[in-house]
Amino acid sequence: MFELSPEGKELVKKELARYEDKYSAIIPSLYQIQKENEGWVSPEAVDHLSELTGIPHSHINEVLKFYTMFNLKPTGKYHIQVCCNITCSMFQARELTDDLCQKLGIKEGEVSEDGRFTVSRVECLGSCDNAPAVQVNETYHDNMTPEKMDTLISELK
Amino acid sequence: MEAKLLSEHYSDDSYIGLEGYKSKGGYAELKTAFKMKPEEIIEVVKQSGLRGRGGAGFPTGVKWGFLPKNGEPRYLLCNADEGEPGTFKDRVMMERAPHQLIEGMIISGFAVGSHKAYIYVRGEYMDSVRILEKAIQEAYAAGYLGKNILGSGFDFDLDVYRGAGAYICGEETGMISSLEGKKGQPKLKPPFPAIQGYLKKPTIVNNVETLAAVKYIIRDGAEGYRKYGTEKSAGTKLFSVSGDVNKPGVYEVPLGYSLMDLINNECGGMREGRKLKAVIPGGSSAPVLTAEETGRATMDYECLAEMGSMLGSGAVIIIDETRCMVDMLKVILHFYHHESCGQCTPCREGTGWLEKIVRSIVDGNGRLQDIDLLNRVAENMKGRTICALSDAAALPTMSFIQKFREEFEFFIREGRSQVKG
Ligand SMILES: Cc1cc2nc3c(=O)[nH]c(=O)nc-3n(C[C@H](O)[C@H](O)[C@H](O)COP(=O)(O)O)c2cc1C
Ligand code: SF4
Ligand code: FES
Repeated sequence: MFELSPEGKELVKKELARYEDKYSAIIPSLYQIQKENEGWVSPEAVDHLSELTGIPHSHINEVLKFYTMFNLKPTGKYHIQVCCNITCSMFQARELTDDLCQKLGIKEGEVSEDGRFTVSRVECLGSCDNAPAVQVNETYHDNMTPEKMDTLISELK
Repeated sequence: MEAKLLSEHYSDDSYIGLEGYKSKGGYAELKTAFKMKPEEIIEVVKQSGLRGRGGAGFPTGVKWGFLPKNGEPRYLLCNADEGEPGTFKDRVMMERAPHQLIEGMIISGFAVGSHKAYIYVRGEYMDSVRILEKAIQEAYAAGYLGKNILGSGFDFDLDVYRGAGAYICGEETGMISSLEGKKGQPKLKPPFPAIQGYLKKPTIVNNVETLAAVKYIIRDGAEGYRKYGTEKSAGTKLFSVSGDVNKPGVYEVPLGYSLMDLINNECGGMREGRKLKAVIPGGSSAPVLTAEETGRATMDYECLAEMGSMLGSGAVIIIDETRCMVDMLKVILHFYHHESCGQCTPCREGTGWLEKIVRSIVDGNGRLQDIDLLNRVAENMKGRTICALSDAAALPTMSFIQKFREEFEFFIREGRSQVKG
């Protein structure tokens, strides 16, 4: 069973009133769920949101699956997202990703044993002048190198 | 020569806040606009020659003129989904000058008779969302947003909507679907959003840069704005330059500016003095230019169209002699395949095929007939779908093959890249 915190429920209520159409509250509510549910949206959480909002779960599920920023399985505490699009791939982003996965002993999309990390390749992050660009949860990191990645990982507890 | 119109104060941190913005002439044009009639503003924007900066380059004043001429409620949506690979200027604009966008939107909303507007920001841009939300609060507190703005009798509400990761939501009807709380799938046009958009009401969708530019058209007049640029490409444009140059970044120059000057002057020339091989001038969906074409190119809608490419979102990707064009095409096609929303068969199947074929070449399993196959698949994807994503995958493919055929042939024959040993 998943239930949003009182603040989370308050947020959903506010979002339902914020936009002209209550369906617009789905995306912000899913973000809130993901924040409170270890980085992913579980089927139980969809049921819960459907109950809170009166929006059918089939519809919430459709939305959930369409957008890449919602995770359908648990993620590590830090979700390391490496851009492997055009400019970043020119600056060794793919090699950086492989190297990182190897160091953490995981494949893309998996959670490291200590629960700290998930690594994903993502599309252009809009930071191509800082290639390769990496986003960890909501924070951008510029001009990443294997060395900078090592430092970053050791700092993320 | 940089021409700093929009970006004049982007390096000044105080410009982010309301006070700093006002001290640099912020919200002065809003007052000017309120002394004009809405129709007059639309006319000035038409005269200025401003074209949409989001990719398609459609004349802004003309688009505004498509709205029904009645009192029906209408929406203004700012497209800040910025997903075209290589593009990052909207992020810089929102984070360095949120009030500039807000002021541009109030003026635009007044011109088109909208009382409710949204900025749709891509989900990854959390910093932009926070900065915009703070600026919007400041603007409400100072009476620039809300009821009866500056005693003009005009009411205008503005809010931010955060997307959740889907390139296709940058397409205007996909964005409308997404804002309505649905999958962000594009809709068949007509009806165009100006007639039937968000919640089936008339809706204007414009890019961040387009809306911000409106402020400067009010400030300088149509004539003043036309001092920059060319006859068909008026004004200045922010270019997001990335790749093999010494100083990648966002640069504002007049339209019609020489591409070589942009590389050599603004961007400090090629990295490590390497030789230029190619340039993608307008985001990854724009057909590629060879070094020879780059030497002749000017950054305006007409020159790039004549060369068979496009200005697009103004994302300029500089490619040097050490890069493998086959590998780059693979990356581009992976993206479009991944982002196809799947509604149209030619796009869904075509992007999949293109990626698969180029991948097999890169894996060393290519056959010479694959080159023609790529062209045939791409040809069948053009102009037959709900939105332009299908073309966005087809056109670069055809241009890469046409202009760098030898590299594809080498890869197929030798099973390895011509440039990477
Ligand atoms: C696949 C696709 C993606 C697009 N992505 C964006 C985008 O990220 N930002 C944008 O402003 N326009 C984007 N557009 C263009 C929009 O559909 C629309 O033309 C634009 O927002 C209109 O604003 P403008 O006239 O000010 O350029 C995209 C179009 C397509 C077909
Ligand atoms: S062209 Fe592609 S992305 Fe656009 S609507 Fe059709 S399937 Fe979706
Ligand atoms: S290509 Fe990586 S941030 Fe744009």
